[in-house]
Formats: sequence, structure tokens, C-alpha cells
Amino acid sequence: MVNSSPNSTLLSADGTPLKKSLSRSLRQQKIRALLLISPLLIFILVAFIMPIVSMLSRSVENDLVSQTLPATVSAIQSWDALSGELPDELVYKAFAQDIQNAAKVKVHTKVALRLNYEKSGIASLFKKTARKAKKWDMETDGPFKEKLIKVHKGWGEVEVWQIIKTHSPRYTSGYFLNAIDMRKTAEGADFQPEDKTILIKLFQRTLVMSLIITFSCILLGYPVAWLLANLPMRQANLLMILVLLPFWTSLLVRTSAWKVMLQQQGVINDILVQLSLVSDDARLIMINNEIGTIVAMTHILLPFMILPMYSVMQTIPPSYLRAAKSLGATNWTAFWRVYFPQSIPGIGAGSILVFILAIGYYITPEIVGGTKGVFISNRIAYHILKSLNWGLAAALGTILLVAVLILYWTYDKIVGIDNVKLGG
Amino acid sequence: MSEPKNSFLSPFVFTLICMAMMGGLIGLVAGVANGSGPLGLISGALFMFLISFLAIFLRQKELIVRYSICFFLIIFGFLFIGIIGVFLGLILGWFSGWFLYWLNLGRYRAKLQPYLSAGQVLWHYTFRVICGVIFVFLITPILVVMPLSFNAQDFFTFTPEMLRFDPDGYSLKHYKDFFTNNEWQRSFKNSLLIAPVATIVSVSLGTLAAIGLSQSHVPFKRAITAILISPMIVPLIISATGMFFFYSHVGNFLEDRIGLDKNFVGYVKVILAHSVLGIPFVIITVTATLVGFDSSLTRAAANMGADPVKTFFKIQMPLILPGVISGGLFAFITSFDEVVVVMFVGSTNQKTLPWQMFTGLREQISPTILAVATILVAISIALLVTLELLRRRSERLRGLSPG
Repeated sequence: MVNSSPNSTLLSADGTPLKKSLSRSLRQQKIRALLLISPLLIFILVAFIMPIVSMLSRSVENDLVSQTLPATVSAIQSWDALSGELPDELVYKAFAQDIQNAAKVKVHTKVALRLNYEKSGIASLFKKTARKAKKWDMETDGPFKEKLIKVHKGWGEVEVWQIIKTHSPRYTSGYFLNAIDMRKTAEGADFQPEDKTILIKLFQRTLVMSLIITFSCILLGYPVAWLLANLPMRQANLLMILVLLPFWTSLLVRTSAWKVMLQQQGVINDILVQLSLVSDDARLIMINNEIGTIVAMTHILLPFMILPMYSVMQTIPPSYLRAAKSLGATNWTAFWRVYFPQSIPGIGAGSILVFILAIGYYITPEIVGGTKGVFISNRIAYHILKSLNWGLAAALGTILLVAVLILYWTYDKIVGIDNVKLGG
Repeated sequence: MSEPKNSFLSPFVFTLICMAMMGGLIGLVAGVANGSGPLGLISGALFMFLISFLAIFLRQKELIVRYSICFFLIIFGFLFIGIIGVFLGLILGWFSGWFLYWLNLGRYRAKLQPYLSAGQVLWHYTFRVICGVIFVFLITPILVVMPLSFNAQDFFTFTPEMLRFDPDGYSLKHYKDFFTNNEWQRSFKNSLLIAPVATIVSVSLGTLAAIGLSQSHVPFKRAITAILISPMIVPLIISATGMFFFYSHVGNFLEDRIGLDKNFVGYVKVILAHSVLGIPFVIITVTATLVGFDSSLTRAAANMGADPVKTFFKIQMPLILPGVISGGLFAFITSFDEVVVVMFVGSTNQKTLPWQMFTGLREQISPTILAVATILVAISIALLVTLELLRRRSERLRGLSPG
């Protein structure tokens, strides 16, 4: 350290200018904080953010066709898909070469499956062709146009080639179009035929049912939160257990409990039959439809509504209500004009929380929703686990994620990210 | 026992009308169940009317009257319904005795402000009843599961034997099935392996980061917090979808390139995924505890010659421990309860308890699920109690700490 410095600047004990010394210690503090955070930050970035990003990229990625059929893809670019004529021999020859190579390493089934989403029947067309193509000699066995059409008359259809051309680029908007019940054709984007449109309907249902669930949570949660906030501490804590116990109980326990309650041979129907309110052969159908999903999910999400409402209502002094009444307000006016406006932040926080949770729910609708009560998330799971149309699942997930992020941004504006409280 | 003069109904008539209405309602329900509604309505109303009439005249001997109403209704219930009738009679007898004098002697006014109007009093109690119904809605499903898990038969509802409290109607066979069935045991062991390890990972990383976040100068604090909390905000199904794609690549890499055991890699994937999900809870609870932490304590420790590691373990850790543990409990329950991610990321070798329950509920329904559910409810009650104790301890510690 240099000891000589201009007299005008303040010096710290070791002789460096105070400003410099302070900024150094600030920098050290910042570095220390970052060092403490960095392991977790890196962990989350790798183990959570990267997976989400990979999902986003998969929803537009489409390298299967161009990777498996490289020669065809480059040959077909010169063909005019809208001409109504079949491509020429060059394209057929390239395709025969590609499918032979693909069949040797057994990757033709993947691309066949991919194109089968666009037009059913292509999978079998590819499989049959690949079986034959393995034995061909590329040098002598031409011309391939006639040969392919002889193997399967599907190669004589313009539509098949249009589909191959449409899906040859490396990136596609096809999955997103599929996600909103449209499809990509040679002419551009087009609506799906009537019998294949279910996703828009599912999005609408997810939205409507999440709203219904949120409203019933407000309706049921508000009185309870009010009671908890206005009772003496001891009694409120005791009643709080009744809210926290469901909150802490496993989701599957609660879902199975509702299955037990709502079944046709279940507890509620049995009681109603015992009381002769419902005859034995006309038991209520409350499960495997919308009612089942709404009732069970309202029950499951109700604590998420009550807890934020409660924490807001606790801060409203009860003397305000008394003051309003002493100034001549009726009970209703005092509540509506004085108490309710102050409790709105709690309602807002609870509603957005419940709504965000509801639109992403999978387990409960799957078990008590049947076919009429399922959400978009069930469709995502179906495409991941059963139909293996991963691109479409990724596109649906991306749309849902964007919706949730917008809601979350609203939440942040209304309540603030730091005010997220856990029941306890 | 002064009777308000200015009310248009004397307490006597008021009580009689209320009790007759209550009796009529119960009679109507009982009547419908047995074939004739109107008959039940009239006889129920008449019955309660007479009882109330007698009781009001004998109100000097309140306790004796109440006991005899109970006794009378128990006998009545036993003769007409059976064992359940005894319980119903007991409840109804106790309630009507209490309700009768509550109305007649004006006890409903005792705890309220004297200036409230009749309508306000009525609303006060109606509101309480509405809240009571909502609490019943909240708690009933959980309570119903417990007795049903002791069902001797493979039904999901109460059998007549159970309602008669016949010991033959109850058995522990579903519990026995849970403890002997290989599938259930394997999934239980998987849960007991995955959840604690995931908790340890998220608690250790999360606590460290929370301490970092609560320093006074953290660059990009908002952005970093948003990223760290994001696993809680993104719906599970989307996290699971993303992880499904990503972790299959990671798994292939670990298996093929590094040559690790397939089963081991499966566990690693699930544990990593679950610890990510638990981290936001740890961050939130620990930063909340650190808000009340007096940082002059660490400076004092440093002043006395303790190095940062020693300061952390001797000074900071004991004070924030309640927050760390409750964050850990949240992380544990998140992992222990989680189905979607483990279904997408893991294979059948990593099948956890909730996953097994999920398949059970969807496919072959067996009442063993209810036995498992009861065990899980017991676990969650234990967790709830622990959390509450920790919260109290934390408050006490904060009360004692200077500053």
C-alpha cells in the first residue's frame, strides 16, 4: 500500500482513499453474496430452467424429416407442391435412397410416426416401403417412380408428397397450429376437420372450470377467513387446524376421499338412498364428470384461498366497522363500503393463486373427471405418455406456461413476489 | 330470567315455535325415509312441542329435565332403530335439551353486545352455521377415509355391519395387505429413499442461497429471487413436461457415456427433479426467518475471533434452525406427495407411494389405498404438530434475541 496521497482525500486506516476502500468492501460483500447463491442458482438453471427451455425449443423443432430423409428434402425443394402433379423421378430416386438408408439403421419408424400425426396411413405406407426397399439396388433398379407406386399406391398421391414437403424445414409452426386445432398444409395454415377439433374446446373448458373453481373458493373461503380473523386468537388457532389439516394432507388422499364420497356406490349416494331422497336406481352421477372435478378441486384448493385472505383480513381493524355503523351505516353498507374494499387484496391474491394452480392441475381431474371433466394438462400427459406426440405436448405446455406467466406477472403487480406466504 | 316486555313474541311462544319447527324437520326426514313424509312432519313437530312445553314449566330443575330428555330419546332410538338409534338419540336429546333452554332463557344474547337487534343476532348465528358447514366440507372427506380403511370387505362405502358397530364388519386386512404386498412395500421404500435425499439436497443448497439473498447488497436480487422461486410458480405439468425431455437426455448421457447403472441413474434423475421442486419452500421459509436475524451477532462473533464457518454453525445456525427445519418439512412433503414429475422422469423401478396410489385409483381399485391414505393422514398430522411447535419455538427465540 502506498502511504503518500493528496491531502484533500480522506484515507482509511491502511492509507487507501476511503472511497476506494469502501467500494472494495462493497464489491467483496457482493461477491460473497453471489458466491453463496451461485451453487443453487446454477443448480436451478441447469435442472429446471434448461428443461423448460428445451421444452420450448422442442415445440418448434422439426429435424426428424430433414435428418432421416436428407436427399429427398433437398430434391423436393424444386417441386411446386401446388401444381397438382407428382414430383419427378429425381425426387423418387432420392426418396428410395433415403428410405433404404433409414431402413438399414431402423430409424424410418420414427419419421413414419411423425408424419402419421398429419395423415393417418402414412406409417403403414413407410413401413411397407422400407421392408421392400432394403432389397433394392440403387444403381440398376430404376426408375423408382413406377417402382414405389407399385409397392404402395400411396406414393401416387400428391398429398403425401405435399406433407413431406410441408414438414421438411428444420423449424415448424406445425405443433402450435395443431395445439389450436389447426394444421399445416401445402396451401398454408388451415382448420382441422370438425371431428378432430378438441383442443380449443379443452382450453375453453380448462379456463371456464378454473374460473368456476376460483369463484366457489372465494364464496366458501371468504366467510371462513372472516370468522378466523375476527375470533379471539385461541379459538381462531383451533379452527385454523381444520384449514391446515386438509392443506397438509396428501393430494392423493384427498382425491381418493372424494372418489369414495362421490361414487355411485359411495358415501353421499348411500346416505341419500337411506333417507329416500334418491331412489336406489336413480343414484346421482357426481363423478367422472364436471361436478366431480369442480367439487374435489374446490376442496383441495380452498386452503390456498383462505390463507391469503386470512392474512389480509387480520390487518383490518374491527373498529372501522363499528365506526361506520356508529356514523349511521346499515350492516350491509358498513360491510360493502368499508370492510370489503379493504379485503380485496386478499381476494385477489387468493384468486390468482388458486387460478394458477387450477389451470395446471392434472392428478385430480384425471381421477374424478372422467372424460368430461379433464383439463388441458391431461391432454399434455396423454401426448407424453401414450400417443408420444411430444412436439404437440411441448406446444401445449408452452401455451399454458405463457398464460401462467402472464397471470404471475399480474400477481406480482397486485401483491408482490415477496408477499408469498405459506400457511403456518 | 327477566323477559323482555317489548318483543312481539314472548320467549315462551318463540321457543315452542322453534322447537316444533326443528322437530318437524327431523320428523320429515325420518318420515320420508319410512314412507310417509307428512305423518313424520306432524308427529315430530307435536313431539317436540310437548317436550318443550313440559321443559319450560320445569325450568327450575334444568339438569334433571335435560338428562331425562336424553334418556327418553335414547330408549326411543334403541327401540325403533337399534344401536345407531342410541347414538342418534343421545345426540338429538343432548342438543334439544341445550337448544331449548338456550332459546327460552335468552342465553343466545349473553355473549353478544346488548344493543344488537333481533335480525343482527339471527344473522350472527346464521353466519356461524354457514361457516360450520364449510368447515364440515373441509374436514369430512379426510375423516370419512379413516373408518372406511378398517372395512372388512372390499367396498368403498359403509357396510351394514359397520353401521351396526359389529366387530365382524371391521378388520385390519387392508393394513396387512399394505405391509405384506411387495408392490406397496417397494413403492413405500422408494418414497422413503427419494424424499429424504431430495430434502437434504434442497435444504443444504437452499439455506446457503437464502443466507446469500438476505445480505444487504445483492446484485440482481429481484431477478435471482424470481428464478429461484420459479419451480413453485410453473405448473407441475409443465415442469414435468420440460424435465421429461431434458432428463431423458441426461439419463442417456450418464448411462451410455459414463456407464452408470441404469437403476441408479433413475434415482438420481428423480431426486434431482424433486429437490428442484422443494427449493422455493426452503428459500421462502429461511429468508423469512433471516428477516428477524440480528446481524450484529455475527459481527460480535467475528470480533471475538470466530471464523465465518464457526460463526455460521455456532451462532447463525441455531437461531435460524426452526426456519430451516420447517422449510425442510415443506420440501419433504412436496417430494413425498409428488406424482406427476416422478411419473414423467422416473421408470417403474422408481415408483413412489403416491404413484402407486394413483395407478391404484385409476385402474384396479383396492381399499388398501384407504389404509395408505389413513397412514398418510397420520403422517401429515405429525408434520403439522411439528411445524406448530417449531413456529412457537422460533417466536420464543426471537423474543429472547436482542434487537
